[in-house]
Amino acid sequence: MEFFERFMVPHPSFLIYMSMVLIALVSIALVAVVTYFKLWGYLWREWFTTVDHKKIGIMYLITALLMLFRGGVDAVMLRYQLSMPENAFLTAQHYNEVFTTHGVVMILFMAMPFITFFFNFLVPLQIGARDVAFPRLNLISFWLFFMGAMLFNLSFVIGGSPDAGWTSYFPLADNEFSTSVGTNYYMIAIQIAGIGTLITGINFITTIMKMRAPGMTLFKMPMFTWSALIANLIIVFAFPVLTVALAMGAMDRLFDTKFFAIGDGGMDMLWANLFWVWGHPEVYILILPAFGLFSEIIPTFARRNLYGYNAMVWSMILISVLSFTVWTHHFFTMGQGAMTNSIFSITTMLIAIPTGIKIFNWLFTLYKGKIVMTTPMLYSMHFIPLFTLGGVTGVMLAMSAADYQYHNTMFLVAHFHNVIIPGVVYAMLAGLTFYWPKMFGFMLNERIGKATVWVMSTGFVLAFIPMYITGLDGQARRMYTYSEATGFTTLNMVSFIGAAIMAVSFGMLVWNIWYSFKNSPRNIGSDPWNARGLEWATHTPIPSYNFAITPDVTNASSEAFWDMKKNGVEIFKGDIKKIHMPNYSGLPFVMGVFFFILGFAMIFSMWIVAIIGLIGVLGCMVYRTFEKDEGFYIPEEEVKATEKKYEEMYKKRGDK
Amino acid sequence: MKVNLKGTLLAFFTLGTLLLSGCSELAVLDPKGPQAEVQANDTIMLITLMGGIVVTVLIILGVMLFKYRASKQSADYEPPHIHGHWLVEAICIGIPVLIVIFLSFRSIESNYLVESAPAAYADEESLVIYASSSNWKWHFSYPEQDIETVNYLFIPANRNIEFRLYSYGPITSFWVPQLGGQKYAMADMVTTLHLAADVEGEFWGRNANFSGAGTAENTFTVTSMSDEKFNEWVEEVHATADPLTEEKFEELLEPGHLGTSTYTGTHLEFSPAPEHSHGKTGPKVTGEQEQEDHSSH
Amino acid sequence: MAHVDHSKPLEYATEENDLKIFGFWVFLGAEIMLFGTLFASYFALVDRTGTGPTAAEIFEIGPVLAETFILLASSFTIGLAIHAMRLGSKKATLTFMGITLALGLAFLSVEMYEFVHYVHVGAGITVSAFTSILLTTLGTHGLHVTLGFFWGLSIMIQIAKRGFTPATANKTFIFSLYWHFLDVVWIFIFSFVYLKGMM
Repeated sequence: MEFFERFMVPHPSFLIYMSMVLIALVSIALVAVVTYFKLWGYLWREWFTTVDHKKIGIMYLITALLMLFRGGVDAVMLRYQLSMPENAFLTAQHYNEVFTTHGVVMILFMAMPFITFFFNFLVPLQIGARDVAFPRLNLISFWLFFMGAMLFNLSFVIGGSPDAGWTSYFPLADNEFSTSVGTNYYMIAIQIAGIGTLITGINFITTIMKMRAPGMTLFKMPMFTWSALIANLIIVFAFPVLTVALAMGAMDRLFDTKFFAIGDGGMDMLWANLFWVWGHPEVYILILPAFGLFSEIIPTFARRNLYGYNAMVWSMILISVLSFTVWTHHFFTMGQGAMTNSIFSITTMLIAIPTGIKIFNWLFTLYKGKIVMTTPMLYSMHFIPLFTLGGVTGVMLAMSAADYQYHNTMFLVAHFHNVIIPGVVYAMLAGLTFYWPKMFGFMLNERIGKATVWVMSTGFVLAFIPMYITGLDGQARRMYTYSEATGFTTLNMVSFIGAAIMAVSFGMLVWNIWYSFKNSPRNIGSDPWNARGLEWATHTPIPSYNFAITPDVTNASSEAFWDMKKNGVEIFKGDIKKIHMPNYSGLPFVMGVFFFILGFAMIFSMWIVAIIGLIGVLGCMVYRTFEKDEGFYIPEEEVKATEKKYEEMYKKRGDK
Repeated sequence: MKVNLKGTLLAFFTLGTLLLSGCSELAVLDPKGPQAEVQANDTIMLITLMGGIVVTVLIILGVMLFKYRASKQSADYEPPHIHGHWLVEAICIGIPVLIVIFLSFRSIESNYLVESAPAAYADEESLVIYASSSNWKWHFSYPEQDIETVNYLFIPANRNIEFRLYSYGPITSFWVPQLGGQKYAMADMVTTLHLAADVEGEFWGRNANFSGAGTAENTFTVTSMSDEKFNEWVEEVHATADPLTEEKFEELLEPGHLGTSTYTGTHLEFSPAPEHSHGKTGPKVTGEQEQEDHSSH
Repeated sequence: MAHVDHSKPLEYATEENDLKIFGFWVFLGAEIMLFGTLFASYFALVDRTGTGPTAAEIFEIGPVLAETFILLASSFTIGLAIHAMRLGSKKATLTFMGITLALGLAFLSVEMYEFVHYVHVGAGITVSAFTSILLTTLGTHGLHVTLGFFWGLSIMIQIAKRGFTPATANKTFIFSLYWHFLDVVWIFIFSFVYLKGMM
């Protein structure tokens, strides 16, 4: 192949050219705006180099929302293609690229940064810490993730998108059947982002285990922190498996090794096993923090404590252990025989037990409560029945004999969207609405917010319930077309309408942010929801040091702020002292750029450039180890002055 | 809230009724063979049981939201701090445990049923058919009859068929919804699937596993017929069809779509299935003329 | 300067040091999974030799034993280095670390020879699934040793220039954990790859 040919998109179409032009225009516009308003210096000083967990969190949030848009556009395109039989909107090749990137973007570049945003923003506040254990490493995590995400998205304009499905099964993903560099992007971009995630895992386990406020025993931790701890433990144990699998896949493609090759002893089943040994726990990495968020929101608006705290914790621990024992259920049909299938069928169904316990505990949290139906609560109340439906269809799929008929069909597609959307996406949006005032100092509009939830759920039901039916009627997944004779037409059209309605609901979300930014009052104080957790016990906007005095929760429960408000438990004891803070650093960004260069060069087998990138990465590490960085102190007077400023501000604005 | 809640409940019940009433026409729930019947019965049982769970959750949720909403309570009501009751928790754990135990036994039973030759036709020996996929076609080899077909299957009704599946390329999945299925066909091992048709008729089948740009059209038909008709067909093929040569087979393996075709002889003679090879060899791939070591056979 | 608690060993003396050691243990947990996955894949692929050689045909006991003794010895000397650090002897610490790194370099040289030998006898990385996983597993360990070598070198320079501070003591201690870990991984490679392959 000619050198430059590799950089061309292999199967261009009008749609792709149009999107390329749009992407180019938007990028130029962004750079122009930032330059015009002279924002580069501000962005560099305040954001790109920040080690403040709250700001890093917000950068994750922005990336997640961008990727949600991209993955969402993919989704609508997929549903539109299938809304009519023999539709010529997308070609087979283009459809394959779209569903592959839809899957990867939504799971790895939307859902993962969204939960990482909550880890970053909430965990230190909930445990009463100044920051995470390794603030600098936290910024490296972000830049690795971000560069991985950008590298993956670059495939769209340079070289062609991956097209072997988000599971990228070999031998389909090998050079012989996936000839463009698309799958190289998959192997290497996810690798870079994955290393970032692994570092996040190490960081947050250390933070939670070592930096809790005095008096906060493990079983006094807020529920979201518990879920974060368990999710990060899963990250540390599951992501190395992905690291190895991706490295092997990349080597097969770039260096002609024979791990998953046809012939020469290669074993395609090994990829499937390794992928799902990571892939199934990955699902729980996403859903457990979602459970954690619902466990924060439901008690707040039921005005009652969470029912069965211990049962909630133990069920999460049980889920995390079981999550490593069920991966084979992703390929019951691979021919491992009745015995193996029976074992994995049972382990899979066992997960329903702790999950069921959680559902009942949320329901009983409402018992004798005083339920206020705010937007976050409405998301949660829609989550319970919709997620239950997704959960029970999961039990159906766990019946391996029957799964022979559900596997690879739209039934399966309906199931996993039915757990991930009401489970993860609703939790993210509920959490976003709930913590929005804590981040930005104003509330999102409740009327628009509630309307959004109803529109979203309507769209969801219309989009995904029909898939259960067409799946049982034999509609296989990942097929770009079908004939009219199959009779799938009507339900697929309904499904497209549902997807379009969901798109409208996301538009409403964006409109709500703009509308509320313009119209919402700013004098809302620091506890607008009458909430319960320690994260609400600090000012809004949150000062860089989080708490002027380290909270002491010895006499409080897991709902320390509620105990302080209602029962007069004193959690801020002692005097204000000087506060030790970490320094900002530009090194993580530079390292991210070198990783980007390394990754890009590897994708296109440009070895000299790759070596330069690698030397850059190693150079950053060497620089770091010789660097003397002992942070700095905010003097006592400055902390006192800041605290005083808040008091004056509240008084001036007339906050409650 | 009340109206909305009722609306949701109504929507769910309507959908549920629609789902159940439409069941009999859905391919998976309209089985024409013993394996598919096991799977259809499991599916109906699961839909009923799982529907019951969803309805229970909906009712509890509805009652809670109706009874304990703030607008129904006095302004100074302070919800109590409740830790939980052992009996409630025992019920919440106990019922799911019982359901899972029941389903586990059912799952094991069904697994052994769908993995073995159907008992109904145990008196007659299974008909062995090798089904191999290539991008994006199915090749069906009948070693006993010495026939090979492309993209269509003729089978005798009321007799067990033992399919031996493998692939010349990416992983594919052999699936005939009304007879049962599905199972992967892979390059480095042979998987076995038992199917049988209780009635004569035509059923559609496909590769259900994504295998590249041509997957959507990677379909085939299965026609089940009486023993006499099947034997007639076999004789007719031997009388009229061309023999399958190695060159012809290489040509068939070229990526793309083909209509149906029929040959005498099978490709197993010059390109055997990867049975018992432990992945030491794979089937030959289009265009590659490797010298492979088949000594392990 | 952060608060230094003199009742604890220097490497644990600040809160930051304590966090770093804990975090490193978690990292080692991830490393165990990494090598665990490689071992699992190795067991899955060990007999899948295609047209290439089998394990028994290419393994040589000599270099493997040499590698094992060298690495075991280096694990001992890094332990001595930490002991010397606790006693506050800068010179002894640097000497033992130097010996450790020299042994590491010796290990890598033997491993290089081993790899050249494999390629020479027709067991290059592209030959079969078995050779791919064998060389990847060994290579991943070797890469860890290589990184460890340069890391250790940079720590030696820092000790030489800055003496024992909470920061340098912490780095030295963490480096020793890493080095011991690589030794443990090697024991597994020695037992389950080489010995099992030669039997």
